[in-house]
Amino acid sequence: MVPLEHYLTLSAILFATGTMGVFLRRNVITVLLSIEVMLNAVNVAFIAFGRALGSADGQVIMFFVVTVAAAEAAVGLAIVIALFRHRETLNPDVFTSLKW
Amino acid sequence: MVLFYLFGTVAVVASLLVVLQRNPMHSVLLLIVSFVALAGLYILLDSPFAAVIQIIIYAGAIMVLFLFVVMLLNAHKEDDPPAGSLTAGGPLRIGAVLAVVLTAELIWALVRAEGTRDGLLAGGAGADPGTLGSVRELGRVLFTDYAFAFEVTSILIIVAMVGAVVLAKREL
Repeated sequence: MVPLEHYLTLSAILFATGTMGVFLRRNVITVLLSIEVMLNAVNVAFIAFGRALGSADGQVIMFFVVTVAAAEAAVGLAIVIALFRHRETLNPDVFTSLKW
Repeated sequence: MVLFYLFGTVAVVASLLVVLQRNPMHSVLLLIVSFVALAGLYILLDSPFAAVIQIIIYAGAIMVLFLFVVMLLNAHKEDDPPAGSLTAGGPLRIGAVLAVVLTAELIWALVRAEGTRDGLLAGGAGADPGTLGSVRELGRVLFTDYAFAFEVTSILIIVAMVGAVVLAKREL
């Protein structure tokens, strides 16, 4: 049996990877993908804790996280399409004004 | 044990490549690899339902949405950074260093917690895994203890759906 700490370490590494992606990338779509990596890291932690504590709550919360991720992806990508239409670019540095 | 390290390595390497990749198309496909590896981890954790929704919803639905947008916008390559921009060169590396610091910090916190808790959570201490991972038990918890959260989630999805349609319309 793999100890819980290993799962949590994996979760921490994945979360930091996602954070790095948000800082490093100059493409709005990849930034959204990095956020998905971070959400998945949290899911791993939830499921590992649920398993270790012997409760189904971890899986239920993972279910909610997936739902929120789906909603976030839908709205986020719609915003990306709207931005692309106005600026013809995906570089987040270009989107500096709130109104055009 | 071996499977854990196999899936864990695949997930970490794929996620790193997602982040270090310049082509969004490759990023999306590598992220699917990472998700499949994580689904394998969920099966090792006696959570087959989580593994299945990870594959169907995440790797299936959400990633197809991303792929669709990448293809629609024809975004095959990232723009080169404009000279003197905040994200060009040096400052960019500070972000990567900060991410490494974050990893070290999180692992340090875990190591400390390990000491104080002396192995209480050392894996599989709870109920027998058969009932824990069953969809019946999961459904019971979801529709009794978490009934309110479940209903709120449905409202969230409707709002997201309407929001996406409004945002993606021709005239914003």
